[in-house]
This record gives sequence, structure tokens and C-alpha cells, in this order.
Amino acid sequence: MQPKNPSNPGRRKFLIAATSVVGAGAVVGAAVPFLTSISPSAKAEAAGAPSKADISKLRKGEMMVIEWRGKPIYVVRHTDKSLELLNQNIERLSDPDSQQDQQPDYAKNENRSIRPDVVVLEAVCTHLSCAPTFYPQIGVTDFDDDWQGGFFCPCHGSKFDLAGRVYSGVPAPTNMLVPPHYYESDDILVIGQDGAKA
Amino acid sequence: MFQRVLAWFDDRLPITATWERHLSKYPAPIGQNFWYLAGVLLVVVLVIQLISGIWLLMNYEPTAEGAFASIQYIMRDVDGGWIIRYMHTTGASAFFLLIYLHMFRGILYGSYQKPRELLWILGWLTYFILVVEGFTGYVLPWGQMSFWAAQVIFSLVGAIPVVGEDLLTWIRGDYLISGITLNRLFAFHVVVLPLALIAVVAVHILALHEVGSNNPEGIDIKKFKDEDGVPLDSVPFFPYDVLKDLVAIVFFLILFCIVIFFFPDGGGYVIEYVNYEPANNLKTPEHIVPAWYYTPFYAMLRAITFSIGPFTAKFLGLVVFGAAIVILALYPWLDKSPVKSIRYKGIYSKIGLAVFVISFFVLGYLGSVTSSPLRTLLAQIFTFTYFAYFLLMPFYTKYEKCKPVPDRIIIK
Repeated sequence: MQPKNPSNPGRRKFLIAATSVVGAGAVVGAAVPFLTSISPSAKAEAAGAPSKADISKLRKGEMMVIEWRGKPIYVVRHTDKSLELLNQNIERLSDPDSQQDQQPDYAKNENRSIRPDVVVLEAVCTHLSCAPTFYPQIGVTDFDDDWQGGFFCPCHGSKFDLAGRVYSGVPAPTNMLVPPHYYESDDILVIGQDGAKA
Repeated sequence: MFQRVLAWFDDRLPITATWERHLSKYPAPIGQNFWYLAGVLLVVVLVIQLISGIWLLMNYEPTAEGAFASIQYIMRDVDGGWIIRYMHTTGASAFFLLIYLHMFRGILYGSYQKPRELLWILGWLTYFILVVEGFTGYVLPWGQMSFWAAQVIFSLVGAIPVVGEDLLTWIRGDYLISGITLNRLFAFHVVVLPLALIAVVAVHILALHEVGSNNPEGIDIKKFKDEDGVPLDSVPFFPYDVLKDLVAIVFFLILFCIVIFFFPDGGGYVIEYVNYEPANNLKTPEHIVPAWYYTPFYAMLRAITFSIGPFTAKFLGLVVFGAAIVILALYPWLDKSPVKSIRYKGIYSKIGLAVFVISFFVLGYLGSVTSSPLRTLLAQIFTFTYFAYFLLMPFYTKYEKCKPVPDRIIIK
């Protein structure tokens, strides 16, 4: 049983406060390993090696998918027509000049690519990370009455043109990312490294 | 002999007292109807999910390499494995069906009004835990839908301004959805969330037994009591309600078994066909839709295609998605009506409820089909009416003319 009038209440108050602070400190300290163990492990961080692909067999108007860091990378070779159309219908795009930092500097041009005819994109919708579907055809589609060719995200209906530039009025906020990449030779594409560093 | 054993225990543990408080002397209002069965059936489903879950756990392998194959192993090579898995998948859909019925009952008869605010909040919390539990469980088979559902839901976190991307990498444990993510979802699905669910359900029932059950008339039965303090318009929960509930449980289990044995994938709603394909991180399925019980909220997420000022459509979508779920918890404070039950509320409350139900069903449909410009417009309209129902509630419930509520429950 507690005595009715504790002697020296000031000291008791101080002891309660001091032990509470030390206890809280211990809880914070003990939380550290639990919180850090959730972040990516060394193994997950190491799994980011560059990917290589031979694009010699990629014909005009076709797309190939390369895996890099577990993500799909789309490589598209333009047809003469799609190249011609690419910058003619930019009024429906949200960021046609690639002002936002969604590409390396060497891809910040009107085709968003190193080679004008080959587009390299991270196939990760900037909305909620689905892989947009490649729709090269031009004309009326299920989701657009005047489609110019490009990518349509099946998850939430975001639309991108063939250079991965986002349309306005869709959930995705920005253009698709262009991953760091360079050409080792005419036909060998390396994804995951900038040319200068290699 | 039995009396002596019981007395021995009663001196050490309140067995008889608990039995009386929660069963044999708990006053259940008379005049409760069909809607009042969902609660007890939810407890039945919880038990089904726990038991079938534990048994699935004995053969499931929580790795990106082995998960999909281990489900096939359970389905084909484990004796009785298929039936246990179908119990669990059907149980998941039943859980949501029943909790929606249970919540609608509360909405219909004002069961969230004073003094049942906390009871409603606790119920909402079980719904919220169930939403997360359903999502984490959905990812475990590691099929195409599992993978891409995880991709989309985790990416929602990335929509939070400034810290979003780092937070996303932290909780995902990798730079993309991977076996690491699968493992942590597994830990949540089988340990953290079931424990939380059981705890909150227990507190929910304790809170219910403190404030007492509501009834379709929304009449406070505690106003008129006999000389022993028992409400006049009540019967003891045991045996009267228990026996009635047992009949309901039998009917429910019959329906449950029909689904398990004859329609285990429920036309693609209980188990989605796309999930029969192993996860492929390079290809999103062409028709990606969430499980049916999430489609209304998914439609609202998808409806936000415009940005406002500095807020991107992506972020606003997340806000609307979250708000649509959170606003359900606010019923006790949005409804200013002096009466509880819809039977005595005025015409505006009835119109409002109809608008809410229609919005919820239309959004549910829109969330289950692919998007098109017309459908997006419809989703925007019904997202608006969904929120309008809630946000206008303090006004129309305050000023409408209600019918007088009788003092006693009259059974015709």
C-alpha cells in the first residue's frame, strides 16, 4: 500500500520523469533494427546490374521487351510514318518538350531517344506502375477515337505516345522514364549505364 | 458433481458470470430481422478463415519461386487440399459480402448513433483490417493478378508528395515488387492482421454488450424495464437468439458449400481467372481488375484524371480512395437526425440512402470493367454523388421532418 503523503514529492516526480525518458529512449533504440530491416537488403541493392540486348532483329514498328532490375524495358523501332507523325500531334500531350526530369540529358530531345528511330522506355506507368500495353496502330481504338500509336495502360487508362510522353487528362502525372542506356555497337544496346561512364 | 466443479472454477475464474452477462442474461431486443444475422455469420466466417488458413499454411511456400507451385501442389497433391483452399477463397468473399450487409444494417437502422459511436468505429476498424488482410492474402498465390495488384497498391504510397518514393522503397523492401515484398505480406497476412482482427472483434463484441443491441425500429429498449431491471422489449440472448442464429448458420453453410463444390471460382469473382497464370513482372494483364469487394473504391481511384493546383491526379486519386473508406467511419457525427431508424427518418434521408446505394453499386460495376472515356465520366459523377451523400448529411438530417418514434417495440 502506498503511503498517503509520500515524503519528498519533488524527488518522486523527478524519478518518474527520468525513468520514463530513459525508457522511451530504449524503445526508440530497440525500434531501429526493426525499422531498418524493412528497407532493401544488401542483396536487393546488388541486383541492379546492366542488361544488354541485340536489337538487330527488331524491325520497324516492332517492340521488344528487355528485363532490367526486374522491370520491363520497352525498345521500339519507329516506322517512317510514326516518326513523321511523332511531333505533329503534341497538343494533347501534357509535357511534349520533356521539361520534367524523366530522362537522361542525352534523351532530352524531340524524340526522347539517342537514336531518332529507336525508343527505349521503362515500361512502368508513372501512375501506379503497371506495364502499359503497346498499341502501334493508328485510328479508332477501344479507348481513343483518334489514336496516334503509343502505349495504353490497362490498369487505369493512362495514355502515352510512342516516345512515352503522357497525354493530358489521364491519371499518370508524368512522361514514362527513359532509363540510362547507350549503344555499345550499332546493334548492342546496354541498359542501366550511361555511355560516358562505361 | 458438476455443480461442485463449476463452483471451484467460479471461485477462481468468472465462468458463470461471463456466461450470464454475455449469453443467458444478455437482453436481445425483440423484432430483430434478417439483417441482424450477418453479425453472427461473420464470426462463423472468421473461424472458417482461421482454421482453413492454418491448414493452408502447412503446405504453402512464401517465396517468389515456390508460391505459385505450392498452391498447385495444395490443389492437386495434398489430400483434401483443394477443399481447404476453396473454403479459404470462398470465405474471403463471404467475409466481405457479410460485412457489407452488416454495415448496411447499421446504416439502415442508425446503429452508429449515440451511444454506439465507438461500437461503429470498432466495426469500421475490423472492416479496415479486413481490407488489408484481403489484399495481403490476394498477393500470396503469386499469380498475375497477385503481382500486379501488389504493384498498383504499393505504388499508391509513392503518390504521397515529397517522401512517397522513399517510403515506397522502404515498405516494399526492394526497388520493385519481389519475393522480399511477398515475404513481408505473408507475415502480415498470417500473424499481424489475424491477431489484430481477433482482438478488435473481441472488443467490438464487448462494446456491443455494454451499450446493448439496436433494433429495426431504432427504439431504446432500456427506457422500459421490469422490476429486475430487464428491458421489457427483450428476450435473453441464450437460448432465443442463439437458436434462431443456429438455423441461419445452417442455411448459410449450405450456400457456402454450394459455392465450394459447384462454383469454386464464382464466375471469376471469387478466384480471378488471370490469377491462374504465374506472376510475370514484364507483362501487365490486359484486363486488370481488383477483387469484387474493392471495385467501388478502385473506380473512384481511377475516376480522378485531373490535377488541381500543385496536386497531381495520382495524389488526388489516392486521397479520394482513402477518403471514401475513412468517411464511412464518420457516420455517427455526420448524421444529426433525432431518430435512428430509416423507418422514421424523413424523405431526404431516404433519397440520400438511395443515392448512396446506387452510387456504390454503379461504382462497383465500373471498377470491374476496363475504362473508357464514358465510363470515366460516369465514375466521376458517381464519385461525386457518393461524397455528396456524406457531406450533405449534417444538413438534410437536421432539417428534414421525421416521424414520431413509438416508445415500445410493437410486433405485428
